[in-house]
Amino acid sequence: MAQQAVDTQLWEIAAQVTDPEIPVLSIEDLGILREVRREGGDAVVVTITPTYSGCPAMGTIQVDLERAFAAHGYTARVELVLTPAWSTDWMTESGQAKLEAYGIAPPTGKGHAGRVTLGLAVKCPRCHSLDTKELSRFGSTSCKALYQCRECLEPFDYFKVLS
Amino acid sequence: MNASNTHITEGIEDDFASFGDITASATRVTPGNALRPEDIAVAGEGPASDAVAEYALQLGDDALILAQRLSWWISRAPEIEEDVALGNIALDQLGHARSFLIYAGKRFGKTEDELAYWREEDEFRSCHLVEQPNGDFAVTIVRQLLVAVFQNLLYTELTRSSDETIAAICAKAVKEVDYHRDHAIQWTLRLGRGTEESARRMRVALADLWPYVGELFVDEQLHDDVGTAGARPSTLRAAWDEEIAAVLADAGLDVPQVPDAMARGRHGEHSEHLGYLLAEMQVLARKHPGASW
Repeated sequence: MAQQAVDTQLWEIAAQVTDPEIPVLSIEDLGILREVRREGGDAVVVTITPTYSGCPAMGTIQVDLERAFAAHGYTARVELVLTPAWSTDWMTESGQAKLEAYGIAPPTGKGHAGRVTLGLAVKCPRCHSLDTKELSRFGSTSCKALYQCRECLEPFDYFKVLS
Repeated sequence: MNASNTHITEGIEDDFASFGDITASATRVTPGNALRPEDIAVAGEGPASDAVAEYALQLGDDALILAQRLSWWISRAPEIEEDVALGNIALDQLGHARSFLIYAGKRFGKTEDELAYWREEDEFRSCHLVEQPNGDFAVTIVRQLLVAVFQNLLYTELTRSSDETIAAICAKAVKEVDYHRDHAIQWTLRLGRGTEESARRMRVALADLWPYVGELFVDEQLHDDVGTAGARPSTLRAAWDEEIAAVLADAGLDVPQVPDAMARGRHGEHSEHLGYLLAEMQVLARKHPGASW
């Protein structure tokens, strides 16, 4: 196999690993997969970056990566890097679409430097109404906030913007 | 203790021996949860000097003790969203503590778990403010306001640290602390402008906690020693005062006029509260050295 094909294959193995909390999102969709490189032979080094400092999903993702590579005959070592810090801008467009289809409102707009006091409306992932309200900025995981739709009355998770 | 008990105890110790000695990190030896935060370091190396490691220890201890305090609220907050919010904030603080302690530990040859669970009270470098008891919800919110505004200013400054790892940890942490700050400000407004009783409790909380503010801004020899890797606390005071005064004015509350307490947590001299907190935090690790789950 040509060098480039192998590299693409390695990336694809890593990219099939999903977030344990949001199983429709791959770590590539989330933008936390930074690099996959070969260290010679069957050894592979995968670099990922945490979404939040205390995110417990990182441990599971690491184990899942090692398993995914083992299934293809590779031994993977996972490295965590903190810099440059992850932001929701790293999430792919297809990732955002998958989130919404799953019932979680994707982050609204891009991250920004400094304070923006104008709140952007968060669209209800079920009925698509923009008439929604924040119940709590802190949701079931660090990356989500809890919202409620005033139109269909359903509560829903919002993947909040982290700039 | 009779002979058979002794035997059982020895058996248990043998079981734990398979997990390595007490210096091993529970995180490392736990099957199925193989996150290796020990591997987090931008430069791959430990801190450049003992002073930088000591500085990281200070930052880590503040975050660790605050995380322990806040996690008490899980299941006890006034509404379920607050259980979740304070639990999330505690988790963020714990994440920051782990990064700082892992980094400090590289220099001292210790794991994050050793630093968290096997240090004595006088070896902790946390400030008195974070060890203050939770009190009622107003006390917890005021403590959050005072700490979050401080951490936000400090971490922002430290994103420019000449130490790459400290800069990286703070660049990550400051995004999260920004949410903690927002949370505290919203509650300060709500309680300050709420009922007579909520405003009264906020005033009491402010007067009780204000004496521990001074310690946050004391320059020490350590700050000279770390140089551009750190930030001189005194230089953050004016911005902190300005921001807090604005929030309190908005909430209809006054800046308290009370003198500073004798607080020397950075030198390992703590209030009586820290001992009780550590007893609870450390009991499991000390009762079952090397245990994992």
